[in-house]
Amino acid sequence: MSVATETAAPAPAPPRKRSRLEHRPGLNRWLPYALLAPAVLLELFIHIIPMLVGIWMSFVKLTKFFIANWSSAPGAGLGNYKVALDFNNAVGQGLLKSFGVTVVFSLVTVAFSWVLGMAAAVALQPEFRGRGIVRTLFLVPYALPAYAGILTWNFMLQRDTGAVNHVLEQLHLSDGRTFWLIGGNALISLITVAGWKLWTFAFLTLMAGMQSIPRDLYEAASVDGAGNIRQWRNITLPSLRPVNLVLVLVLFLWTFSDFNTPYVLFGTAQPPAGDLITFHIYNASFLTWNFGTGAAMSVLLLIFLMIVTGAYLLVTGRRSRRA
Amino acid sequence: MRETRGFKIYRGVTLTVLGLFVLVPLYVMITSSLKPLKDVQGAFTWWPSNLTLAPFVDMWKTVPLAKYFVNSTIVSVAATVFSVAIAILAAFAVSRFKFRGRTVFTTTVLSTQMFPGVLFLLPLFLIFVNINNSFGLQLVGTRLGLIITYLTFSLPFSIWMLAGYFDSIPRELDEAALVDGCGPMGALWRVVLPAARPGVIAVAIYSFMTAWGEVLFASVMTTEANRTLSVGLRQYSTQTNIYWNQIMAAALVVSVPVVIGFLLAQRHFVAGVTAGAVK
Repeated sequence: MSVATETAAPAPAPPRKRSRLEHRPGLNRWLPYALLAPAVLLELFIHIIPMLVGIWMSFVKLTKFFIANWSSAPGAGLGNYKVALDFNNAVGQGLLKSFGVTVVFSLVTVAFSWVLGMAAAVALQPEFRGRGIVRTLFLVPYALPAYAGILTWNFMLQRDTGAVNHVLEQLHLSDGRTFWLIGGNALISLITVAGWKLWTFAFLTLMAGMQSIPRDLYEAASVDGAGNIRQWRNITLPSLRPVNLVLVLVLFLWTFSDFNTPYVLFGTAQPPAGDLITFHIYNASFLTWNFGTGAAMSVLLLIFLMIVTGAYLLVTGRRSRRA
Repeated sequence: MRETRGFKIYRGVTLTVLGLFVLVPLYVMITSSLKPLKDVQGAFTWWPSNLTLAPFVDMWKTVPLAKYFVNSTIVSVAATVFSVAIAILAAFAVSRFKFRGRTVFTTTVLSTQMFPGVLFLLPLFLIFVNINNSFGLQLVGTRLGLIITYLTFSLPFSIWMLAGYFDSIPRELDEAALVDGCGPMGALWRVVLPAARPGVIAVAIYSFMTAWGEVLFASVMTTEANRTLSVGLRQYSTQTNIYWNQIMAAALVVSVPVVIGFLLAQRHFVAGVTAGAVK
């Protein structure tokens, strides 16, 4: 980023407090809006309007008969929400179970990814020979298209031909006949596969954050006799606080709405233990073509994520102000 | 951090364990792509007993991989070009102008990035179907629909990252250009953009990766005509056979361009993430 200063034209710009761009009121008034227009229009068309349509959909009976002719779909009031939240019938129970699985998946995957990312970032903090190579290697899972990595794991987790059972058998940890993609182990598989990609993102972010911690902090602490663990607790962790706040939230939102991992790992035959909520909504909508219920579930998911995000920002914000 | 003996042991153990975690799947992917079909259908072996390049030849015949490749390339390149161009304009406005609605714009755009895709999926699918019915513009099952959708996916992060990059370029440079008789757009084109080149490259690679790896919308918005790689690779599992060696070969081939691109630009990428985080 230092390129900028090197290419500086030697023109003696008069010292002004306000930018010259801001001195042209006429142009200044409409130009920024013109520059933003394409981005705003696209965001409206692909994100904002569909979201509003989605909310409308959740209040109508939008079954397959009305998909091409949606304006004639009859209203459903809160009917779709009642179906989705009636935990005594199959639809409601399915959603509740899927929600529970997703909470566990999300929390464990975020913790797993953060711990591994932090461990690697700390290990690579001091310079040593080969550091660049290790760092590059660790970024490969992140750079790989998600489906390519998940397909490889899918192959490795096959019961009879997979590498995972082979290794476990050789280490005498199991008889090598474990099912990983059906039954109760599906959740473990999901966490491993999602974590394999996600921890490298945590690593990337934490590593970037550590680069901006001044070195003299560590040196001063060393002089005071603080060991590495205390330095990590008293310097690294507090300095990374703003990075961590954003990182954990982003990891949570990503994992909670993860679709790729269950979809590529299980195909359409998802085991109940691996029924993540996005995948659940997807199947509920496209297997039955009942978009109304699917939309209601999506809105409920959105409300949940907004509440969690809001509470998270509130709590962390209050704590930082006190600190 | 002092490099005590304890730290060296910690580093050795951590890097070995994590290195294996990362490497083993990559190793399995590469070696399995070099095995004949019967070897991937039997018990797993670490080393291929019969090395063969046949999977890399056969994978083009088992499924129309070349067609998926063309589709993915056209969609990803087009989405990247438009996304980067639009993000540059928006980031320039956010970074260099004070105007009403600036904060609303940045927060709204960034928050759309946070919402789960399934939220837009159903309504967007429905909107596309109805646009087709009313105006005859086909967006489901065409590359155009995918391009429009994908370019918005990378837009929020690209605007945010580029605005951070532009902020780091001294304003005196623009002003010098203005004194020399450039308009604001001239200043963007001649001064800001050249200085922000690493950022533009990083954003372009990010956009390309996003489009190239997208699964959710591709699984709904594609038919045989515009199928992309992310969904097309599933076709190797037929009722009678799963061609794991060809799947691994294809996964390897589709990964190489994006991985190389990302690794080449990783420094800019880290710089961009840091610039954003510091803000």
